[in-house]
Amino acid sequence: MGLFNINCDKASHICDKSQYNEASLLDVLMLKTHLLFCKVCRYHSRKNCLLTKRLKSTDIHILDDTSKAKMEKKLQTELSKQQQ
Amino acid sequence: MPKHQLEPKNWVQRYSDYLYNYTVARVNDSEMAKDLVSETFLSALKSMANFKGEASERTWLISILKRKIIDYYRKINSTKGKAEVRINYNDDSDGDWLEERVSDPFDTTAEDSLTNSELGDAIMHCLEKLPEKQAKVFKMKTILGYETDVICNELNITASNLWVIIHRARNAMAKCLEKNWL
Repeated sequence: MGLFNINCDKASHICDKSQYNEASLLDVLMLKTHLLFCKVCRYHSRKNCLLTKRLKSTDIHILDDTSKAKMEKKLQTELSKQQQ
Repeated sequence: MPKHQLEPKNWVQRYSDYLYNYTVARVNDSEMAKDLVSETFLSALKSMANFKGEASERTWLISILKRKIIDYYRKINSTKGKAEVRINYNDDSDGDWLEERVSDPFDTTAEDSLTNSELGDAIMHCLEKLPEKQAKVFKMKTILGYETDVICNELNITASNLWVIIHRARNAMAKCLEKNWL
């Protein structure tokens, strides 16, 4: 059982990783065993999964850095024109 | 003394993501949305003198953007007949019309997409409240879906550092959405 005896910090770390599918099978096993005993982590884990679900259910669009830089440049040129 | 002031230097940094998300949800064309947001900043700059300071910077920018979006729809609809819907279920059409008319449970209704765009607005609102660094890492990881090591290389942080930031950001986001959404 020593292997499965993880603390809450470790559990929440695995929980975060598994939101991005980056937790290994062993990690997930350890997390699941921890959740059996720990009410606080169960709650946190549920909230964390809900957040993932919500983020996935909407199409959030954000700009990549290049388009942002382009916009910034355009704005700056206009701004300097105006100040002259 | 006006309550709010304009700082055009920070516009792109602060509002571009929010405005862009708002636009994409409404015009459904990412390139067009980029142009609209960019135009919004430029016309905002031109009419800075009209800003009375009563609304917040963001509200003011959104109101300009809304007008831009309406203009965009006017423009694409000016050619008559484009919005016409053609239904050609006549006798000689092939294809199983009965099957096509059965309701599709996976079809998203207008209400669904409305709820979704509202949730999207709530998420964007919460993202804006995150500290700059957390927001950046969280966006890259969660929304743009970059790999962990790519982000680490780009921002020059260690993996464990990244996870700590992600953890804090996720907690803040969960709390904020709980307050603002359900």
